[in-house]
Amino acid sequence: MAKQHVTTTVNGDTVEFLCGTEQTLLDVLRDELYLTGSKEGCGSGDCGACSVMLDGRLVCACLVLGAEAQGRSVETIEGMAKGDELHPLQQKFLEHAALQCGICTPGFLIAAKALLAKKPNPTETEVRYWLAGNLCRCTGYDKIVRAVMDAAVVMRTA
Amino acid sequence: MTVPGVTQKNLKIVGTRPLRPDGVDKVTGRAKFGADIHVPNMLIGRVLRSPHAHARIKSIDVSKAQALKGVKAVITCADLCDLPSEFIPAGEMMVNFKDMTRNVMAREKALYEGHAVAAVAAVSDAVAAHALALIDVQYEVLPHVMDVSKAMEPDAPLLHDDMYTIGVEPKPAMPSNIAKRVEFGFGDLEAGFAKADVIVEREFTTKPVHQGYIEPHACLASVSEDGKAELWCTTQGQFIVRAFCAKLLGMEVSNLRVTASEIGGGFGGKTVVYLEPLALALSRKACQPVKMTMSRTEVFRASGPTSGAKIWVKVGATKDGRITAAEALLKYQAGAFQGSPVQPGAMCAFAPYDLENVRIVGFDVVVNRPKVAAYRAPGGPISEFAVEGVIDEIAKKIGMDPVEFRLKNAAKEGTRAPYGPKLGPIGLVETLQAAKAHAHYRAPLKANQGRGVASGFWFNIGGETCATLNVGEDGSVAMVLGTPDIGGSRASLSMMAAEELGIPMEQVHAIIGDTSSLGFNFLTGGSRVTFSSGMAVVEAARDVIKQLRSRAAKIWEVSAEEVEWVEGRARLLGEGKDKSLSLADLAKTAGKTGGPIVGNAAINATGAGPSLATHLVDVEVDPETGKVTILRYTAIQDAGKAVHPSYVEGQMQGGAVQGIGWALNEEYIYDDKGRLENPGFLDYRIPVCSDVPMIDTVIVEVPNPRHPYGVRGVGETPIVPPMAAIANAVSNATGYRFTDLPMSPPRVLAAIDSQRGG
Ligand code: FES
Ligand code: FES
Repeated sequence: MAKQHVTTTVNGDTVEFLCGTEQTLLDVLRDELYLTGSKEGCGSGDCGACSVMLDGRLVCACLVLGAEAQGRSVETIEGMAKGDELHPLQQKFLEHAALQCGICTPGFLIAAKALLAKKPNPTETEVRYWLAGNLCRCTGYDKIVRAVMDAAVVMRTA
Repeated sequence: MTVPGVTQKNLKIVGTRPLRPDGVDKVTGRAKFGADIHVPNMLIGRVLRSPHAHARIKSIDVSKAQALKGVKAVITCADLCDLPSEFIPAGEMMVNFKDMTRNVMAREKALYEGHAVAAVAAVSDAVAAHALALIDVQYEVLPHVMDVSKAMEPDAPLLHDDMYTIGVEPKPAMPSNIAKRVEFGFGDLEAGFAKADVIVEREFTTKPVHQGYIEPHACLASVSEDGKAELWCTTQGQFIVRAFCAKLLGMEVSNLRVTASEIGGGFGGKTVVYLEPLALALSRKACQPVKMTMSRTEVFRASGPTSGAKIWVKVGATKDGRITAAEALLKYQAGAFQGSPVQPGAMCAFAPYDLENVRIVGFDVVVNRPKVAAYRAPGGPISEFAVEGVIDEIAKKIGMDPVEFRLKNAAKEGTRAPYGPKLGPIGLVETLQAAKAHAHYRAPLKANQGRGVASGFWFNIGGETCATLNVGEDGSVAMVLGTPDIGGSRASLSMMAAEELGIPMEQVHAIIGDTSSLGFNFLTGGSRVTFSSGMAVVEAARDVIKQLRSRAAKIWEVSAEEVEWVEGRARLLGEGKDKSLSLADLAKTAGKTGGPIVGNAAINATGAGPSLATHLVDVEVDPETGKVTILRYTAIQDAGKAVHPSYVEGQMQGGAVQGIGWALNEEYIYDDKGRLENPGFLDYRIPVCSDVPMIDTVIVEVPNPRHPYGVRGVGETPIVPPMAAIANAVSNATGYRFTDLPMSPPRVLAAIDSQRGG
């Protein structure tokens, strides 16, 4: 089957790839560009492990076709730290022990970043509902919610 | 509490909350999990699965698939060894190789929907998927059985015609679906019940639930033309994978090198092999590396879950609150092959109590469902859900506070456990006292709200463990471990090594070794890692210290006895006391004082201490919809010693929320043909962030005298009490005794309606 040529921006860099018509953006990121930070937990939009930003909007990369990325801008977990400086959310996840196995962590970080961009001072309930699309089986969410609230404080006062 | 031989005082690192060493890799997306690896010339493998719950396989024709362009290998059961029945322990469960070879690839029959029947490796996922569609399997569909009680009936469809119940004398004349009968207990039940003022007797059911790890199973196998093989996979135990795969493929273990990737959750579900032997067999045939991953649907249909069960419990007590007799009958679904966790379930059932007369009978029963795998305290949550419900009811009947009733009957050091031995020091009483003292226990409740309490017991285990500490020439320490880090154990183990050596934790670098880099290690499971690997690390560190002292002695030209090791430095005893050499100093000159400094430990850890917990929960039940909302949750548990309290709390919180899912939502739903109807996270709904409140934790520390720092395992106990605590709370909120899981809205509503007389 003929593959499609796509030009897009990933974490600020121009990237080109060839993709099959059935390949999702998640497949492309992971299997063609080897950006494996975005994870596949379900492939059906139910777990949030594949969360990325597409033109500034939070999406499940498993629900977007690779070809749809043409001319757009994708942000993944690999672009979250700046140089050797972790994003406040990344730092707070570490400090609060907000990860156990860590497979859900990239998705949570991307989703939480999107929340704080919209709402710098969320309530606990707002955090819980915003993150309801991201599944974590290990932590019971307590430490994740605390980490996000704490990062919000740091980011507001930065 | 001070225990001789257990280091509890002057700890600098153990008991603090440092950042975990693998943390940065995990928050940046750099960590490599099961599906994250790509190698040159790699093929993609896929599995063909049975659409039938029970069917004889008449024939499999793979010729069309084989002929498809881009297909490099097709395998069926003929490509794996057919092994005789042989049992070996795996975690808290036993495995049988005859069953294992049939579970990874069906032989005579497909025994559940989703059972693997063939597999292909091709140049792409699309080609592999196409090839699967070309495989022609002829089935003779057989009647199936899903329910544990039905499966025990004499005329039930028979899964294995050579299965004769073990544990009954004389050996039954006819085969059946009952694999095993177990029995524990002592005393005189009849006399005990005769002494009781109140007796409560109830039947309970639980549904199978899946471990629900977010990372699906994945692996990459590469077998070379000379038979040497490498395997990369997500697992709780690389050595176990090596042992299983070598056996199924007829290889020598030394020819197979297994590397554990980072693991995205397991909870016991990644202690077995599914794809790994298939990937190896495909790679052996294709002579190319083969990568395989499960889809989420496949994870649900063909891996895990834990047993569903039917349980009957009877408890008698006097008016003043002493239990006089306790009896339970447990029927656990094993899935298609024997090996449900009914034995540990039976052993746990009444373990939190000090009993004179007790008996538990359990049955391990096969049904046409996926073979169960371990799930956090396997078996325990199921039996204690029932027992703790009856305990609660009996307390209510005699008008006693449920915590008070439990305190009055609580097991403590010296109590004879229902499964036989006398218990060592345990912390149940302390957790109950903490529950009573907690503000949560006195907080007011409103209409339609209820509070529940339940306790839970789990054994924890030890086992074969190795660790190596390699002192680098700059004084840093590379610590090689054989137990995959599933939830922060690199941190707890680095902390113990650093504490022993008296150096900063940052100077210790934990590495999870592959199977060729150290001796055999049992898996990460049974809450054994911080306990057993911790012991091994402490022993290896003491080995290093011994060598460091003798190196310093050599430099100072004294005997090793004249050198002590304090706070990371060798010091000369007696005269010239101010002389000291740091670990780095000694490492630098190691070449001149005797060569590399390496500390080793190879142990068979024993003395794991049981961990007990008490959970408190408040719920609100919506009388219009039957929806149960968790308002407040407090988990109290004895950790022995919390090496890294944040991660101990995390285990308690995670277990509690898994328990909330098990109590309220999660279940396998099958249609009448035995096909799973909810194999995805949309319909098999694990708790999401907005379903649960913050989970309060209280860590109790009653040191385990058999561990150098007093550690008990903590990972499994937290899932034992939640189902019972929540059922007790829902019962208190509605005035109706709930005995069946999950307590989903339709069930709860039906119960409320039945009470209204509707
Ligand atoms: S993998 Fe995309 S939402 Fe689960
Ligand atoms: S940390 Fe394991 S799934 Fe979230």
